[in-house]
Amino acid sequence: MLLSLPALHLQTSEHHPFFQLPHGRLGPWCSPTGSPAPLSCETGCGEGSWILVCRLLVPTQVSLLSMEEDIDTRKINNSFLRDHSYATEADIISTVEFNHTGELLATGDKGGRVVIFQREQESKNQVHRRGEYNVYSTFQSHEPEFDYLKSLEIEEKINKIRWLPQQNAAYFLLSTNDKTVKLWKVSERDKRPEGYNLKDEEGRLRDPATITTLRVPVLRPMDLMVEATPRRVFANAHTYHINSISVNSDYETYMSADDLRINLWNFEITNQSFNIVDIKPANMEELTEVITAAEFHPHHCNTFVYSSSKGTIRLCDMRASALCDRHTKFFEEPEDPSNRSFFSEIISSISDVKFSHSGRYIMTRDYLTVKVWDLNMENRPIETYQVHDYLRSKLCSLYENDCIFDKFECVWNGSDSVIMTGSYNNFFRMFDRNTKRDVTLEASRENSKPRAILKPRKVCVGGKRRKDEISVDSLDFSKKILHTAWHPSENIIAVAATNNLYIFQDKVN
Amino acid sequence: MLSKGLKRKREEEEEKEPLAVDAWWLDPGHASVAQAPPAVASSSLFDLSVLKLHHSLQQSEPDLRHLVLVVNTLRRIQASMAPAAALPPVPSPPAAPSVADNLLASSDAALSASMASLLEDLSHIEGLSQAPQPLADEGPPGRSIGGAAPSLGALDLLGPATGCLLDDGLEGLFEDIDTSMYDNELWAPASEGLKPGPEDGPGKVEAPELDEAELDYLMDVLVGTQALERPPGPGR
Repeated sequence: MLLSLPALHLQTSEHHPFFQLPHGRLGPWCSPTGSPAPLSCETGCGEGSWILVCRLLVPTQVSLLSMEEDIDTRKINNSFLRDHSYATEADIISTVEFNHTGELLATGDKGGRVVIFQREQESKNQVHRRGEYNVYSTFQSHEPEFDYLKSLEIEEKINKIRWLPQQNAAYFLLSTNDKTVKLWKVSERDKRPEGYNLKDEEGRLRDPATITTLRVPVLRPMDLMVEATPRRVFANAHTYHINSISVNSDYETYMSADDLRINLWNFEITNQSFNIVDIKPANMEELTEVITAAEFHPHHCNTFVYSSSKGTIRLCDMRASALCDRHTKFFEEPEDPSNRSFFSEIISSISDVKFSHSGRYIMTRDYLTVKVWDLNMENRPIETYQVHDYLRSKLCSLYENDCIFDKFECVWNGSDSVIMTGSYNNFFRMFDRNTKRDVTLEASRENSKPRAILKPRKVCVGGKRRKDEISVDSLDFSKKILHTAWHPSENIIAVAATNNLYIFQDKVN
Repeated sequence: MLSKGLKRKREEEEEKEPLAVDAWWLDPGHASVAQAPPAVASSSLFDLSVLKLHHSLQQSEPDLRHLVLVVNTLRRIQASMAPAAALPPVPSPPAAPSVADNLLASSDAALSASMASLLEDLSHIEGLSQAPQPLADEGPPGRSIGGAAPSLGALDLLGPATGCLLDDGLEGLFEDIDTSMYDNELWAPASEGLKPGPEDGPGKVEAPELDEAELDYLMDVLVGTQALERPPGPGR
């Protein structure tokens, strides 16, 4: 179902059309160390059926309409939604992240914008609308920059967004491009002070001589406004491209990782950061390995992991030394000699690493597989899932068209029982760790009617192709699902396919 | 650069040699590495990797991960190709570290300059492996030769050209005058009296790039002769 999106004028402070405040919103905050809430739907991915809740199209950058033209904008937006060709490269979604309660869903795109969606609240009249996400706030997080010293343009593409746990009425998130991390505060304003003494209704200063009486300003309700303001800018700490950010469980620090270094920041201090990992060799000619992803342990604020382009994961303890160049644990699976090829290293390069919610396991994604590792066992993963093994014989072609360098992400569900990752042809895969069943689904306009159950897809690798199967050679490698997110406690997933954001929900019978 | 993400038609894929690459590599017990078909496949993969490296370095700020992965793959391919030719042992081991040495300059700003010399080394090694007769006496790869201005023309010659050259197999390379394409660029600054241009057929395909390389050579010669011939004039 296509949602007509309200007009979006790209300012940090945004006027939002009437939005019903969720009931009891200023209620209990997300407990920092609480265990994830039990899943609303306990069926695994194999038994459950997934339905499309909504498809959200991030509005194109060409929209220059202001807020006053709501109705016209909706018309135009609708026509944009119908015609796919209006989407520009700047709208390609580059990161997706739920916040800690799952109420908010943030996306970042190549144009440096952040769009936050909010879950529609349950209402007795429209039960079926629960689970839909509507635009809550949009702001330009990063602008293209020019590094005058190196004569280089710095891309504004948002590489990662990470939410901070909510501690008051406002929401905070970190967003980063290749060089700069920013802390954004997203807050609501629904009251406006009226009755100033020194200012008149339009805000102009009054001549004090004309004031004869004094009054107390009062707060009057106003249309809800959601505004995003940059609270901190953490810049100039990375020579290379930032690929990861991770908020520490102490909620006071976070880390940012680039190709060769990892820095530790305090949220309050922007002009200083501590370098905790540095793998840059003295001689750049000896460089053979780069950092590809990094994450803090969800509960132990002294522990973090980082993955490398050689398929290794290192776990570090910050208590051991100030510079964590020496790892505490080293996770690497020995190479399978029967699968060796020229491309062994490239396909072993880890594109994403994620701790489980429990903190006991880490999951890594390389080009063809997803692996689950037990922190207590370093010599091999405990589980390996083949994402698209049919590509193993096509590696040379994929090397030629650079697809072999695509970086797929992976996610855990709230209870760590199911893992999900993307593939090509707008396919994404889910693996149930308990039942060992897996499913391939597709996020595409043609195949998804709202509320219709997604049909599992199958790729046929050779021989006779069945009716509903798709052959390997028909796969569209330009349609890749790199970014997905799973709601922290419910079976709701967000899947980004170029400039479309699909939200699927496990159907509750 | 080949376009990303294009669906390949089935026929195109079947024509491609690279499938042979995987097959060959998968069988480590394969007796002879000097046989023509595996080396051919590796060479086109080699060229592809060099092209990718070149393209990656052309970016204003190269993606370090992409660069490192391509370079490591290139090393692997090179390692597999080196035994395929009758090389004197001396050049081969220093070849790999010299490749590595040239690999990534100490300063990022000098990256392309060092990569150019790296590429010249690679093309030199290619020349060594494919035409041991004329060049085998040269000894270790002449890094000094790379002292000329970064000649990206070398890569342009190297990349597309070798794909055409290897149709006849290894034997064709030894006899084929095509190797002059490598000589032309490599030795241009250091020696004179070279064959002015490639006499080979496939080389003509590369006309635009050759012109640039020829131009460089001509410029060097002109500058050299001008310096010699200009009489000391009044003033200046």
